[in-house]
Amino acid sequence: MRHGALGFLLVGAAALGGCSEGVLDPKGPVAAAERLIMLNSTGIMLAIVIPTILATLGTAFWFRASNTRARYMPDFAYSGRLELLVWSIPIMTVILVGGVTWIGSYDLDPPKPIASAEKPIRVQVVALDWKWLFIYPEQGIATVNQLTIPVSTPIRFELTSSGVMNSFLVPQLGGQIYTMAGMVTQLYLQADYVGTYRGMSANYSGAGFSDMYFNVNAVPAEKFAQWVVATRDSGSVLDAQSYATLAKPSQAVAPFSYRAVAPDLFKSILTNLTTVMQSGEPLCLAFLPSQRVEK
Amino acid sequence: MNLLGKLSWSAIPFDQPIIMGASGGMILGIVAVVAWVTLKGYVPYLWNEWLTSVDHKRIGVMYIVLALLMLLRGFSDAIMMRAQQAVAAGGAQGYLPPEHFDQIFSAHGTIMIFFVAMPFIIGLMNFVVPLQLGVRDVAFPTLNSVSLWLTASGILLINISLFVGEFAKTGWVAYPPLSELKFSPGVGVDYYLWSLQISGVGTLLTGINFVTTILKTRAPGMGYMRMPVFCWTALASNLIIVAVFPILTATFAMLLLDRYLGFHFFTVDAGGNAMMYVNLFWMWGHPEVYILVLPAFGVYSEVSATFSGKPLFGYRSMVAATMVICVLSMMVWLHHFFTMGASASVNAFFGVASMVIGVPTGVKVFNWLFTMYGGRVRFSVPVLWTLGFMVTFVLGGLTGVLLAVPPVDWQMHNSLFLVAHFHHVIIPGVVFGVFAGYMYWFPKAFGFTLDESWGRRAFWCWFIGFHLAFMPLYVVGLMGMTRRLQHYDVVSWQPWLIVAAVGTAVIFAGVVCQILQFVVSIRNREALRDVTGDPWNGRTLEWSTASPPPTWNFAFLPRVSDRDAYWVQKTVARAKQGQSAQPREYEPIEVPKNSPVGFVNAFFAVVIGFALIWHIWWMVALGVFGGFVTFLVFAFRDQEEIEIPAKAIARFDRDHPAEATP
Repeated sequence: MRHGALGFLLVGAAALGGCSEGVLDPKGPVAAAERLIMLNSTGIMLAIVIPTILATLGTAFWFRASNTRARYMPDFAYSGRLELLVWSIPIMTVILVGGVTWIGSYDLDPPKPIASAEKPIRVQVVALDWKWLFIYPEQGIATVNQLTIPVSTPIRFELTSSGVMNSFLVPQLGGQIYTMAGMVTQLYLQADYVGTYRGMSANYSGAGFSDMYFNVNAVPAEKFAQWVVATRDSGSVLDAQSYATLAKPSQAVAPFSYRAVAPDLFKSILTNLTTVMQSGEPLCLAFLPSQRVEK
Repeated sequence: MNLLGKLSWSAIPFDQPIIMGASGGMILGIVAVVAWVTLKGYVPYLWNEWLTSVDHKRIGVMYIVLALLMLLRGFSDAIMMRAQQAVAAGGAQGYLPPEHFDQIFSAHGTIMIFFVAMPFIIGLMNFVVPLQLGVRDVAFPTLNSVSLWLTASGILLINISLFVGEFAKTGWVAYPPLSELKFSPGVGVDYYLWSLQISGVGTLLTGINFVTTILKTRAPGMGYMRMPVFCWTALASNLIIVAVFPILTATFAMLLLDRYLGFHFFTVDAGGNAMMYVNLFWMWGHPEVYILVLPAFGVYSEVSATFSGKPLFGYRSMVAATMVICVLSMMVWLHHFFTMGASASVNAFFGVASMVIGVPTGVKVFNWLFTMYGGRVRFSVPVLWTLGFMVTFVLGGLTGVLLAVPPVDWQMHNSLFLVAHFHHVIIPGVVFGVFAGYMYWFPKAFGFTLDESWGRRAFWCWFIGFHLAFMPLYVVGLMGMTRRLQHYDVVSWQPWLIVAAVGTAVIFAGVVCQILQFVVSIRNREALRDVTGDPWNGRTLEWSTASPPPTWNFAFLPRVSDRDAYWVQKTVARAKQGQSAQPREYEPIEVPKNSPVGFVNAFFAVVIGFALIWHIWWMVALGVFGGFVTFLVFAFRDQEEIEIPAKAIARFDRDHPAEATP
């Protein structure tokens, strides 16, 4: 009873505690929409769950064996009206939340482009053991464990993995998507505010997993352009050879960048895995749901 | 060629004090128990009356003993994880290195699901279902013993992994490619796979056994709509077992082929597809949740009716809800990986399908509420567990529906919010349920009730400890903390994780209370003795026989004329009071003969499993040969059943007048 209240208190505190970071403090349109759906669904369900908890405790208390004022109805085991009520309450709740779900699943489908006047920036993401590689194919640069993006510009992520499955997640910008070897998933995210947001792998991938996090620096567009120019001036080149070195397992890698990237490196990361197939196009690509959507 | 395969002295982690301490303690404990049993001369009794028993009641008790022991193991893993995450913040690495921490969370999940929840639920079903159906045993008693001992084999193997070699470092789901040979070359994943393959066969046999028992062997007059609700939930649970455990076995077989023979079902190269494993795993994994929770729902139904002094409200709705869940449980597996990148239509379909399960579940909650309505509720400990479940579970269900919304799941998947959610449904849903059942049926099994005050203390510790341990995980989950982190850099998560660790300590106090309850109850058993066989004023047939029931359960098979068969009998008997009951002619009863085949078979299963894990091929052959010989010896047995003479049954009934009630 009072512990149920304690539970609520804690969930309430969660809302407060989450204000400064995480899911409840969205910094982009996707995360904001997802939070809204979350709060709406919670509200709909609390409207039925709280009365149920109170009714349970109230019924148990009133009908305690020692209460002589409570009416004992030893044969009360069926009531058509109550049965109707008992089935319709959860059905109606599910219809409401189900509607939210159905609409939300389409509206926020990860590969669906974000409506914007700005042209999306492409970022190719490769989950390695145990660090993140971000390739900017249009800028011809790449970074490790650090993602710099312009604000108010949709970012189009294409994601894969060098081997073990990981999951790419930046809670303040929007939901995650798996990175799977030999396959590409797609995700659109956007930051509306300048800031640094924590990103991470959400799917356990082995010994170095705990350090597989990175910072997303959302900067104004002109700063982004400056950063691209500066990045092109320093660091080494990411080609097949240096990629092979990078792909070797390592933990807690400090962020760094590559001044240039071999063209089609991303594609070769995908296809190298499937060379045994000898069939030109990698088999798995043909089955990609996100690619189907594009067609 | 090395005769011991991959096995060598380096397999034993002498350099790891925590592991050596834990396994040393475990080995000492086993040695102490074996020595005590031997010195006291209990070995023949133990062997003849328990280890080789094919009596469903004893098998049920042994399942629950296994579950309780493994609960201690799984819970110590939990304590270690919570302690690690409470300290490993900022630059700190805590006291567990990743290779050890990763084994602990993998073992915790595997043990809690397969070797605590499953044996506990199966143990309760074993003990209760035949008694409630008014029959003398399950359909295949010896097969039942084989199931039990195969489960025990899996348990033994997983515990050997603590001491010899290592356990999987893949999480309890063992997703490839991580669990493939390339990324997990050690024996950990093999321990995981073989222990679950062996116990999984046992579980499948249990499922077949119970489906047959419930469908084909019921007391005369007990139509489907007169079965106690616990039997309905057991039927649903076992139907799911029969439907989905083969999927798990086949999936693991494919992963084993990948690991042992270079196949490419789930590898990253040569056209393997790891997501196929993920799909198949959850095609078993989600129904598994309902395999566990449905019988627990059955316990709540029995407890709420009995202790309210009323029939269960809305029996037909309850049956319908149970069967709807049984079917729907197999149609929602994809919600475990909305983050795979499936199309919007697929996500939307599985999201809504998952929520639909909330409907029958909600119906159940309301029906328990209306069962109490108009009743005389006695707040005995099983009722506390039931009420604790009802108020907690609806919130756990809420977060579950929330996670069934794909856009919310993309955010919360794999976070501690998810971890909090599934503990929020499994602990109140399943664990509270089996504890209620344990307390409720204990007097039936042993003839005395369990101490109430220690039971209350245990309940409050568990209830408060649960909230302290898991509500903070919702918070850090919302703050963006993912699961399975050995250390983390965000120091603002730490206070919440310290609270969670304190919660674990409170639950530990609850476990201590339960152990004390057990000890105190045994000590006071004369005061707690129940001679009526019906301590709670029960409604179903198990309360109509003596406590503990004789091997044959019922001297005369009960005749059932309505739901709550024993309640009806009692009402009729009261009405006829004064009239002398007709003396009845006792007849001899045939009961199945005890058989060591389950135990011996399990011994060879352990040999085969261990040999396969360590690639000791001659030992595999030896084990297979031994198992086959055991089967042959059993197949050519002379005597299947023994006859209990009528006199012995009559004498038992005279000594236990409770059963004399017609």
